[in-house]
Amino acid sequence: MIKNNILVFIFLVIINNISYSASQKSELATKYKATNSINNKASLQRGAKYYVNYCSGCHSLKYMRMSTLADDLGIEDAVFSKNLLFTGKKIGETMTISMKESDAESWFNAIPPDLSLTARSKGADYIFAKLNTYYEDDSTNTGFNNVALPNTSMPNILANLQGGQKIVLDSNNNPVSLEKVSEGIYTEAEYIQLTNDITNFLVYVSEPAKLKRYSIGFWVLLFIFIFTIIAYYTKKEFWKDVH
Amino acid sequence: MSNDNPDNSRRKFLTGSLSIVGGTGAAATLWPFLSSMGPSSKAKAAGAPVKVDISNLKDGEKIDLIWRKKPIWVVKRTKNMLDSINTNENKHKDPMSENTEQQPEFAKNKFRSLKPEILVLEGVCTHLGCNPAYKPSENKFFCACHGSNFDLAGKVANGSPAGANLKVPPYRFEDENTIIVGELPDNSKTKKG
Amino acid sequence: MSEKNQTAGVIGWIDERLPILSFVRNHLTHYYTPKNFNFWYFFGSLAFLILFLQIFTGIFLAMHYKPDAKLAFDSVEFIMRDVNLGWLIRYMHSTGASAFFIVVYLHMFRALMYGSFKKPRELIWLFGVFIYLALMAEAFMGYLLPWGQMSYWGAQVIINLFTTIPFIGPELGIWIRGDFAISDPTLTRFFALHIVAVPMVILLLVILHLSALHTVGSNNPDGVEIKKHKDENGIPLDGIPFHPYYTVKDFVGIGVFLFLFALTVFFVPEMGGYFLEHANFIPANPLVTPEHIAPVWYFTPFYSILRAIPDPAYGALAMALSIVVLFFLPWIDSNPIKSIRYRSMLFKINLFVFVIGFLILGYLGVKAPNPLYNALALRFSEMYFIFFALLYFYSVNRSNLFSYAFSGVIIFLIAVYDLSRISSDNYTMVLVGLASVVLFLLFMTLSPLYSNLNKEKEVPERVTE
Repeated sequence: MIKNNILVFIFLVIINNISYSASQKSELATKYKATNSINNKASLQRGAKYYVNYCSGCHSLKYMRMSTLADDLGIEDAVFSKNLLFTGKKIGETMTISMKESDAESWFNAIPPDLSLTARSKGADYIFAKLNTYYEDDSTNTGFNNVALPNTSMPNILANLQGGQKIVLDSNNNPVSLEKVSEGIYTEAEYIQLTNDITNFLVYVSEPAKLKRYSIGFWVLLFIFIFTIIAYYTKKEFWKDVH
Repeated sequence: MSNDNPDNSRRKFLTGSLSIVGGTGAAATLWPFLSSMGPSSKAKAAGAPVKVDISNLKDGEKIDLIWRKKPIWVVKRTKNMLDSINTNENKHKDPMSENTEQQPEFAKNKFRSLKPEILVLEGVCTHLGCNPAYKPSENKFFCACHGSNFDLAGKVANGSPAGANLKVPPYRFEDENTIIVGELPDNSKTKKG
Repeated sequence: MSEKNQTAGVIGWIDERLPILSFVRNHLTHYYTPKNFNFWYFFGSLAFLILFLQIFTGIFLAMHYKPDAKLAFDSVEFIMRDVNLGWLIRYMHSTGASAFFIVVYLHMFRALMYGSFKKPRELIWLFGVFIYLALMAEAFMGYLLPWGQMSYWGAQVIINLFTTIPFIGPELGIWIRGDFAISDPTLTRFFALHIVAVPMVILLLVILHLSALHTVGSNNPDGVEIKKHKDENGIPLDGIPFHPYYTVKDFVGIGVFLFLFALTVFFVPEMGGYFLEHANFIPANPLVTPEHIAPVWYFTPFYSILRAIPDPAYGALAMALSIVVLFFLPWIDSNPIKSIRYRSMLFKINLFVFVIGFLILGYLGVKAPNPLYNALALRFSEMYFIFFALLYFYSVNRSNLFSYAFSGVIIFLIAVYDLSRISSDNYTMVLVGLASVVLFLLFMTLSPLYSNLNKEKEVPERVTE
């Protein structure tokens, strides 16, 4: 696994500075970096649990088949059915929700997006930043605003866990930092872990194959490497003829 | 070029290894493609066990349901119907249900069922896959495609084009009136795919 | 072919009726290839491998994909999640598309370096450019199929190019789309073209490309014709049979390629948003344009040329010209020396600047436009065309008068265009840009008169090494 990670690391370093550069983000939001790891099964399991508890009321994962989730995360069907199964659903179905779009529209003035692919379209850091950068703002309907997604219509449902934050602006009205103004149920470290777990889970959901692709890839590369070595020596042997 | 057709062992060994490794690689590469043609997770999920309530099923009546995209019959056999079932060697190709492919272990009995009166069968003719018709008045199933006859335990009659008895799917009783098709009596799931 | 009857048995029986053995003889075991091929000669066989890979993976994707605007996006996710190893097949296909262009660009660069487009290989080059065009069409139509935001808006932009054609443009755009906007009919026809029509055209062109190649034989890094010097049996002295020598050598190239390919497929299939763009994981939405639309990387050099001129019709014309000019290359550069090894320093500088410029155009094409980038895109677009003008210029030794007149005309054209757009906001950028291009041109056209930078080396009779 170490070898895989080195390969991934080298590639990521090369290309990381260009990913997501197109979207315009506030500088403050870019300071929030998810430190999730898809190989951390415990984190994925926690993330799945938090997601079902806090997010799945409004956000569907319409491409995520629950049986695949149970298999990939190593959760037995019985345990899954008891803790994570959406009500009235079979384990072979995907994680769609029962909330009607018209209801959502009237409650939130927006339809909560399906989050199956958000980690791929917007990136893990965006999800992490979104969950961490709510701040109190009386001018909005929900009483909260967000740095990663300004004027979001999503209420701050994790407010009692995180505690309250206030925004600090510089002279040009650009956000500089967020300041804690009231304590939540969770400590800061616990809250960061919670949001990291949810982020990690959504990264997995956006591409379940990611769990398999690295380990299969390692063996494929090893095989091709051996093939190339043999091909090289065969070539050398045959080319002894050529003067 | 000094020699056009050199025949040394090193060359042969390398060419051989290259062919074997390359051939193995090419064959292994076929795997994802062949495997992609198998049932998808979605198809497998759709093949999950199916529950059926038989509390309203009357004597002699048959209901149809679908499991793994195949028709499944549940028939409540009357006393008269059960009497019509026999294991006469001259009348049936497989009177004792010896062919293990055609029923789970628990159905290898005279009535090919868990409870004598309740028959659960896959409604697919073992000849070429048509759906045989239920003929309660004649105590048989009859396949109109090529004229195969089956008795009310699904046993194929001698002289039919079909070669095997109708298949009994895995099933179990959850309670008196609820059958789960796709699970065995010991509650274990049938193997996926 | 008199020794043909020697083979007995089943193979002999077949060969008398179908020329498989003679085919193997003519194209592999007795096809004589220059012995001095280097690294750059891997990319032809690699392109062939990728073509096969794309067709093969494509067939299996087509088994699960649904060409319907309502179902397409979901069916791609179905492939990625529910089909057994479907993600692997899809990533092979998407990575294969980019790999195809990387390999084809390197293959074309090889032709430029060693003059492989020159007499007697003009037809090989022409078929090659047609293959390249067909590949662009194939890739463009394939990119619509996932029906993501980039699929939709990328197609929107490219199809709108056709609407800039005078008179018939607007009607043509509607005809291509089959609707007043990109929608289901566009998707289904692109699907049909992508999986049936264009691949057949590409296969036919590849056959023509290879037939033409095997008729005249391969060029080589020295640019000498090996058929000039043959032994008593009529075998070129500098030739070796393609099989086994180049088959084993190509296996090494294939191994290295497959290693890099698998590395991408398994570890970075999105390649940071270049092979699979992030916005394409959002379903197509005709009401919301993504913040920044960029075509996939292999189109971006031409996309930069398109954007360099702030007028859609002229921009489209410039882009079309930038591709059309490739067809004329064998007649633009009529210098008898093929290989870069024996050509002048100025030729090398010209080619080097062209490649750098092409890469910069590609880079600018993925970036959101801003005044500096636009200015650079314009200058490097000009450089793109200047490359071909200079190739023509270096075909023979030019007189003083011709040299001055040649550079004068080009400078005049560029300056006129710059004068038409200069204003108090942009004059520094325009003047600096103009000065750079003028200096480059003057150096490239006038230095032959005052230095030996245009001195060419003597081409050897036989291949070196």
